[in-house]
Amino acid sequence: MDYSQFLVMKQEIALIVAFLLVFLCDTFMPKRSQGAIGWISIIAFAAVTAFGFCPSLLEGNPDAFSGMYSAGVAEVNIKNILNIGALIVMIQALRWAKEDMVKIRRGEFYELLLVTLFGMYLMISSRHFLLFVIGLETASLPLAAMVAFDKHRYESREAAVKYILTAVFSTAIFLMGLSFVYALSGSLYFDGIAAAVTYEGVNTLLVVALAFVISGIGFKLSLVPFHLWTADVYQGAPTPVTSYLSVISKGAAAFAFLVVLWKAFGTVYSEAWEWMLYALIILTITIGNLFAMRQRNMKRFLAFSSISQAGYIMLGVIAYNYMGMAALMYYVLVYIFSNLAAFGVIGAIENATGKVWMDDYKGLYKTNPRLAFTMMLAMFSLAGIPPFAGFFSKFFIFTSAINQGSVAIYVLVLIALINTIISLYYYLLVVKAMFISQDDCTIATFRSACSERFALWVCVAGIVGLGIVSCVYNHLLEAVL
Amino acid sequence: MDITLPLLILVIPLFMFLLLGLTGMKMSHRLAGTLGTLGMGTVLVLSYITAFTYFFSGAPEFVTQAGERLQFTVFNATWLQFTDSLVIRLGFLLDPISAMMLVVIPTISFMVHLYSLGYMRDHHGVYEHGFQRFYAFLSLFSFSMLGLVVATNIFQMYIFWELVGASSYLLIGFYYKKPSAVSASKKAFIVTRFADLGFLIGILVLSFYTGTFDFASLTSAPVDGIAGVSQVSISTAENIRNIFASSAAPMFMGASVLTWALVLIFMGGMGKSAMMPLHIWLPDAMEGPTPVSALIHAATMVVAGVYLVARLFPLYLMETAALDIIVVVGALTAFYAAMVACTQVDIKRVLAFSTISQIAFMMVSLGVARPEIHHGVGYMAGMFHLFTHAMFKALLFLCAGALIHAIGSNDYTAMHGLRKYMPVTHITFLIGCLAIAGIIPFAGFFSKDEILTACFGNSTVWYIWMSVVAGLTAFYMFRLYYLIFWWKEHKVHHPEHAPHDQPWTMTLPLVILAVVSCVAGFVPFGFLVTWNGKPMYEGSASFLTNLQHLDWSVAGISLAVAIVAIIIATVMYRKENPLPAKMKNALPALWDWCYHRFYWDELYMFITHKIIFGCVSRPIAWFDRHIIDGAMDGLAAVTNKASVAIKGLQSGKVQMYVWFYLVGALLLGAITAICLI
Repeated sequence: MDYSQFLVMKQEIALIVAFLLVFLCDTFMPKRSQGAIGWISIIAFAAVTAFGFCPSLLEGNPDAFSGMYSAGVAEVNIKNILNIGALIVMIQALRWAKEDMVKIRRGEFYELLLVTLFGMYLMISSRHFLLFVIGLETASLPLAAMVAFDKHRYESREAAVKYILTAVFSTAIFLMGLSFVYALSGSLYFDGIAAAVTYEGVNTLLVVALAFVISGIGFKLSLVPFHLWTADVYQGAPTPVTSYLSVISKGAAAFAFLVVLWKAFGTVYSEAWEWMLYALIILTITIGNLFAMRQRNMKRFLAFSSISQAGYIMLGVIAYNYMGMAALMYYVLVYIFSNLAAFGVIGAIENATGKVWMDDYKGLYKTNPRLAFTMMLAMFSLAGIPPFAGFFSKFFIFTSAINQGSVAIYVLVLIALINTIISLYYYLLVVKAMFISQDDCTIATFRSACSERFALWVCVAGIVGLGIVSCVYNHLLEAVL
Repeated sequence: MDITLPLLILVIPLFMFLLLGLTGMKMSHRLAGTLGTLGMGTVLVLSYITAFTYFFSGAPEFVTQAGERLQFTVFNATWLQFTDSLVIRLGFLLDPISAMMLVVIPTISFMVHLYSLGYMRDHHGVYEHGFQRFYAFLSLFSFSMLGLVVATNIFQMYIFWELVGASSYLLIGFYYKKPSAVSASKKAFIVTRFADLGFLIGILVLSFYTGTFDFASLTSAPVDGIAGVSQVSISTAENIRNIFASSAAPMFMGASVLTWALVLIFMGGMGKSAMMPLHIWLPDAMEGPTPVSALIHAATMVVAGVYLVARLFPLYLMETAALDIIVVVGALTAFYAAMVACTQVDIKRVLAFSTISQIAFMMVSLGVARPEIHHGVGYMAGMFHLFTHAMFKALLFLCAGALIHAIGSNDYTAMHGLRKYMPVTHITFLIGCLAIAGIIPFAGFFSKDEILTACFGNSTVWYIWMSVVAGLTAFYMFRLYYLIFWWKEHKVHHPEHAPHDQPWTMTLPLVILAVVSCVAGFVPFGFLVTWNGKPMYEGSASFLTNLQHLDWSVAGISLAVAIVAIIIATVMYRKENPLPAKMKNALPALWDWCYHRFYWDELYMFITHKIIFGCVSRPIAWFDRHIIDGAMDGLAAVTNKASVAIKGLQSGKVQMYVWFYLVGALLLGAITAICLI
C-alpha cells in the first residue's frame, strides 16, 4: 500500500492532530488552568484553518484509497469555508462556555465539535457509500451530545432525545435506500453506481432507493418534510450549538448531497431525482417561510428561516452545472457570515439578559445600537437586499439554476423569487422591532464580551465585504471548472 | 507603472470618508479637519506625481517615439462578471484628460479643505455644527470625483457619476435645518437624476450594439506590436464604426442608434453640467456652504458633463449631428446665463450663472471641434478652459466665501466699498475677474481665445455669438467687482466690527489660486491634451508656446471686446450714480425676465405640479392604492391563512415527526415512480 496517499487527506489529518491536542490538554491539564482550553482549541483550529489555505503538497491525483476518497479543489474550498464558520462558532461559544454549569465540561464541547467536523470532512470527500455513512454518523451522533450540553435544562435534554430518535430513524431509511442501490448496481463506489445505473434502467426500485437516500441526507439539511425536528432542536439546544447546526452542519450536508447526486446518480438526473428535488425545494422554501412568519422565539424563527435557506441552497444542486456548484459554495460562505451574525447577536443578548423573544428586541436600537445594526445587516443579507452579500449569493444561485435551461426550472426560480418577498416580510419584522417599535421594558444597554464582539465584527466584515468583492464567486467557479 | 500610487489616490479619500464618517463625532473638530486636510494633501502629492510621470517621464507606455500620447490602463479589476461579455470592471485609466483632471481635482479639493478650516467657524472660533460630517462628505466627494475621471469603462463612470451626485446632494443639504437648503438639495438630486436616466439608457444602447463598456475599445483601436494589451492609441476605432455602419444597427425615428445613444449620454452631461434646460438646480445649489460651491459647483463636478463628452469624443466625431446639438445647447446656455448674471443681486448666484455660462463655453468648444479645423483645436481649448476655469472660478467662489464670512450676507447691497477693509480679498478677486474676462496675460485669456478660434474655424455665426457672450462675461464680472468693492464708501463701520481679512487658512488658498490664475494660461496644452494624443504644433513645448501660437487677429478682437465691456462696467458701477437704474427702467421687461431667470423655475413648477402631478401621478396613485395594494393585501392574507392552517404539522411529538418523515419519503418515491415510469 502506498502510504503517501494519506497526504491527500492533509486537512483531515490536521484536524485530527488538533483534536488530539485539545483532548490531551483537556485530560491532563490541571484543573485551575482549564480556563485556557477554549483558547487552545481556537488557536489549534485556527492553525488548521490556515493550513487548509496552504497550497497542496501533492500535485495531480486528488483521489486516494482506490477511489474511496477524493479531495479536489472544490472539496478543499468547501472545507476551508466550513473551517471559517466553525472558527467563528468556537469564538462565539467562549462566553457561553464560561457559565457555571458548562465550564466543567467545556473541553468536551470543543472536542465534540472537532469530531463532528471531521465527520463532515469525510462526507464531503467520500466517493464510496461506506465511508459516507461513517462520516454521516460521525457527524450526527456527537451532535446529539452537543445538543444535550445544557443538560440541566429540560429543553436541551428534550431536544437531544428528539434529535437522536429522528436521526436514527433517518439513518435507517437511508441505509435501506443504500441496500436497494447496492442490489441494483452491485457497487457502493459512486463511480460504480453511476456506471451501473443508466437512464434506460430506471425502475421503481431505483426511484424508491433514491427517495430514501434523498430523505436520509435531506434530514441533515432539514428539507421539508424531513425537517420537523429542526425547530424543537434549534430552540432547545444551547445557542452556539444551534448556530453550528444551522450553518456548518447544513453547509457540509449540502455539498455532500451535491456530490452524491451528481457523482453517483448523475446519469439519472432528469429521469429521477430532478423532479424529487424540484418538489422538495418548493415545499422547503414555501413551508419554511410560512412557519417562519409566525415565530416569536428568535431561535425558532431562525430555525425556520434556515429551512427555507436550505431550499435556496438546493437550487445549486438542481442546476446540475458547475456554476451551480460554485454558487452553492458561495451561498454557504455568505450564509455562514449572515446566520452567524444573527446567532451571535441572539447569543450575546441571551447571555447578558436571558431574553430570546422577538418582542424583547423592541427598541434595541436605542439601547444597543451596534448590536441592532449588526442584526439588521444579518437580516438584510439573509433576505437578499443589495449591496450586501446575501443579494449576490441569491443572484448567483438563481443564475446558475436558470442556466440549466428548462422551462420547469424557470418556474422554480420564479417560485423561489416570490418566496424571497415573503421572507423579506419576516426578516423585516425583526428590523422593525429593533428600530421602530417602542416598548417600556427594552433590553438595557450592556457591553458584550470581547470574543462575541470580535466574532460579530468578522461577520459584519464578511457580509459587507463579500458583497463588494463578489468576484470571490468567480474564483470559486474557476476552481471547479 | 506601479499600481500602488494610483490605488492610493482612490483609497485614501475613501478611507478618510469612512474614518471621519464613523468616528468623526468622537474626535475633536480640529483633529477631524486636520486629518481630512492632511489626507487630501497626500492625495494631492500622489496625483501630481502620477500626472507628472504621465506627461513628462516619456516612458514608452505613455508616449510613442513620435510624441503621440497613449491611453494606459494602470489596473482594471473585474468586479462583477455576469457573462463573458457583460463584465463590470473597476480600474484606473491614465490618458491626457484624466491626468489633467488628476491635477485639477486634488488641487481645488485641497484648497477647499484648507479654506474650510477657517470658513466653517464663526468669528469667535466656534466650529459649525457637523464640522466633522462636512469633512467626511468632502472626502467622499473627492473619492467619487477621482473615481469618475479615472474610470476605465463607462459603467464605472456611471457608478461614480451617481456617487458624486449623492455627495453633492449631501453637501448642498449640509445645513439640513434650513428648509431652503433641503429643497435645493432635493432639486439638485432630482434634476440630475432625471438627466442620468438618459445617460443610463444611452449607456445601455451603446453597449448593446458594441458589446463593451470599455473606453479602450469604444474610443480607440489597439496598436499592433507594442507590448501588452493595455496600450492603445487614441484614435477612432474602425470596428466600432463598422458596427454602426452595418445593418445590425438600425435607424430609430430617423436617426441612427449611435446618434440616439450619444444624445442620451449627453443628456446626462447636460444635467450634471447644468446646460439649459436642466440648469435650474445649479443656482439653488448655492445654498450649500461656499467652499462646497467652489469645489463641486464651480470647479469639478459640474464639468463632469464636459469631461464625459471629451471622453467619448472619438465616438461623437462619428456622428457630428450629436456635436451640432451640443453646440446649439451650449451657445444658447452661454448667452442665457450671461444675461441672467447681469441682473442678479446675490453674489453667489452671479457666480453660479457665470459658471453655467463658462461651462457652456467648454461645451461649445467641444461641439465645434473637428479634426480638420486647426488640428482639432476645439477639443484642446475645451479642456484648457476647463483647467483654467476651475482655477479662477474656485478663486472667485472662495473670495465670495470670504466676503460672506465677513459680512454675513450674500447680497452685494450689504457690501459696497470693501476694498480698504479686505485688501487681500480685493486683489485676488480682481485677478479672478481679469482672468474670467480674458485679459492678457491672465489664464482665461488664452483658453477663451482658443475657444473663439475654434468657433471661428467652424462658423462665423458661432464666433460672433460667443464673442458677444465673452463681452457680457467681462461686463457682469466687473459689475459685480465694482458693486462689492467700490460703488459707495462705508463710513459708519465701528473699528472693531469693520470687515477685515480672514485667518491664514482662508487667505493662503486665495493667494495660491490667484497666482495659479495668473500663470495657468502659459501651460502648453497644445502639447499635452489633444484629441488624438498628437501634439498640435511642431517643435517643443515651452512655457511661452501659447503666446507664439496665438492667433492675434482673433485674440485682439476678443481682447478689445473685453476691454470695452470692462470700461462700460466701470462707467456704470464704479461710483454710485443713477445710470444703472435708468438702464433698468429703459427696458423693464428685459430686466424683469433676466432677473427672474426667464421664468424657467416657474415653468418647471407649472409642468410638475399641474401637469405631471395632476394628470399623471394622481391616477397612478389611485391604481397603486387600490389595485396593487389590494392584490398585495390579498396575497398577504392568503399567506397568513396558509401559515395558520399548517401549524398543526409542528406538533412537538417526536412520533408524529417520524411518521411524517416516513410518509414523506414513501410519497416522494411513489409519486415520482408513478409519474416517470
